[in-house]
Amino acid sequence: MTVTEQRPTQHASSITANRLTRVQTGAVLAGAVVVGALSWLPSGSPNWARWIIVGLVSYCIGIYVVSRIVEGRRQGLDRLMRAVVTSAFAVVAMPLVSLLWTVVERGTNRFDVAFFTDTMRGVTGAEGGIYHAIVGTMIVTGLATIMSVPFGLFTAIYLAEYGHGTKLAKAIQSMVDVMTGIPSIVAGLFAYAMFEMIFGPGTRSGIAGAVALTVLMTPVVVRSSEEMLRLVPNELREAAYALGVPKWKTIVKVVLPTAIAGIITGVVLSIARVIGETAPLLVTAGLAQGVNWNPFDGRMTTLPVFTYYQYVQPGVPPSNGQDRAWAAALVLIIIVMVLFTVARILSSVLKPKGLR
Amino acid sequence: MTESVDTPISDVAVAALDAEIGLGNRIVVENLNIYYGDFLAVRDVNMVIEPRSVTALIGPSGCGKSTFIRSLNRMHEVIDGARVEGSVYVDGEDLYGPGVDPVAVRRKVGMVFQRPNPFPTMSIADNVLAGKRLNSRRINKSEAEDLVEKSLRGANLWEEVKDRLDKPGSGLSGGQQQRLCIARAIAVEPEILLMDEPCSALDPISTLAIEQLMNELKSTYTIVIVTHNMQQAARVSSRTAFFTIDGTGQPGYVVEMDDTDVMFSNPKQQSTIDYVTGRFG
Ligand SMILES: Nc1ncnc2c1ncn2[C@@H]1O[C@H](COP(=O)(O)OP(=O)(O)O)[C@@H](O)[C@H]1O
Ligand SMILES: [Mg+2]
Repeated sequence: MTVTEQRPTQHASSITANRLTRVQTGAVLAGAVVVGALSWLPSGSPNWARWIIVGLVSYCIGIYVVSRIVEGRRQGLDRLMRAVVTSAFAVVAMPLVSLLWTVVERGTNRFDVAFFTDTMRGVTGAEGGIYHAIVGTMIVTGLATIMSVPFGLFTAIYLAEYGHGTKLAKAIQSMVDVMTGIPSIVAGLFAYAMFEMIFGPGTRSGIAGAVALTVLMTPVVVRSSEEMLRLVPNELREAAYALGVPKWKTIVKVVLPTAIAGIITGVVLSIARVIGETAPLLVTAGLAQGVNWNPFDGRMTTLPVFTYYQYVQPGVPPSNGQDRAWAAALVLIIIVMVLFTVARILSSVLKPKGLR
Repeated sequence: MTESVDTPISDVAVAALDAEIGLGNRIVVENLNIYYGDFLAVRDVNMVIEPRSVTALIGPSGCGKSTFIRSLNRMHEVIDGARVEGSVYVDGEDLYGPGVDPVAVRRKVGMVFQRPNPFPTMSIADNVLAGKRLNSRRINKSEAEDLVEKSLRGANLWEEVKDRLDKPGSGLSGGQQQRLCIARAIAVEPEILLMDEPCSALDPISTLAIEQLMNELKSTYTIVIVTHNMQQAARVSSRTAFFTIDGTGQPGYVVEMDDTDVMFSNPKQQSTIDYVTGRFG
């Protein structure tokens, strides 16, 4: 092999091999960056996307060739795979970073105190705020959580602890799967139709929005909670039974506490999943200009719906509404990030200390 | 099947009498067939387990020792489709009789498992108290402290953990965890203690500690232990039952049961000789 020919001095040992140094791999990377830059030179102006893509591809090829020559076949393939996997990640991360960047850049135009304390009542110019939409989002998602967590958790307990292997459990499971796939607008129309039947045509309310979100949230809660309950080792259940602990008490005092960290994380993630829903809230909760604290009476604005309307009906000049839309989107992203952080912290605090 | 009981009814009667006069809880097993769904895992066990002594169950893997021992406190039926035919008498009462509450049975017949399984969400003290607390008995603080100390002393663990009772039980070593599980089991004051290979996940030192513990516990409890280790059976038990199996898919059964020294010095059955001398499996 080429390898052994190139290092006669090290030939004696069968377990040492030539390795690329950091400087050498760095040089390959630098070369790839230059190749990427060259690719847009002919057209004149910098083209980031082309630069990065061409750079990544030439890095993959370059590192493979260099490593193959210096380190041998196995190391070369290893480096190639590592480069491909890392590049794939970089390609995926690019739009995400770009999206965050755009939202922050445009959202900060109206990220002022008044934006959080004002509503849209009587606003025609550049002022106005999202106080009413934050209240609406909190109420609607809060109600949806209050409704879907008990339903979802009890269903999950049934599936994981009681119904195991029964026909009913299998039927429920496939129903939950189907529910997971329901398009959100269908959930919205369902809730709308339901409340129309009860309260007459054209009714919009926070509770209708909450019901729509519940339809979307419950299957997610069921799935994640069931998964977490199944992760609890059976030995713990048996240990409790062997002490003469009844089944329901075993579930409440042993199984749930062991799984609680994961269950809470799942619930928070499902909240994050529905808090940005627009379509179902558009049909069910609608839009109001001011604060509405009563979910049972009248329209209630939520952040996504607010964002939508500010963008499609921005006013004059359009930048007024558009700035508010971007700022509201930024707030939504921040809320979701806070939720994720809370989930992280909760799960590390509540995680049983020594679960194997 | 040499040990099959000639007049089972009288055994039951004797056991009931023994229990009444405080001689402890003899277990009488009659014609026990144990199933997983349609699969007969253990067939036709007849056995008398003497009170206040250690009885060892030995035999090759898969012959149904775990299955059998779990049927002695109705833990077998927590597995989907698992069922039992026959009778197990404790104090002359059939555990599988009509109207018997398995939860009540398990409070009377405790169990220690192969892998130590302390509750990961609970401290050492809470683990010991788990049985009492979860059985919805409210106990006050000083009672609780006494019970924790008594049970941990009973399991020879008190000195090692008395300064960290509020730390998670899963922070202990494997051997300590297993003794914690024994403490947890004896805290509910069972009359019978079942142990399914309690030492197989432990190092020799911890194993020794548990064997010593069994020697102390046998004055209070009727102990049944499954073990893969024949030296261990010889060291700790006074009676030994040998289980075997004729082939995969066949039910396991009891070949013979006798005093432990007889079983290891001059058993009646050839297959027992083969097994205890290591010529088998
Ligand atoms: N949960 C179960 N479901 C179905 N069959 C089982 C189950 N547990 C054990 N068995 C079967 O029962 C037989 C006895 O197993 P077991 O009691 O674990 O043997 P041992 O403890 O002596 O090694 C084996 O054939 C095993 O495959
Ligand atoms: Mg076993």
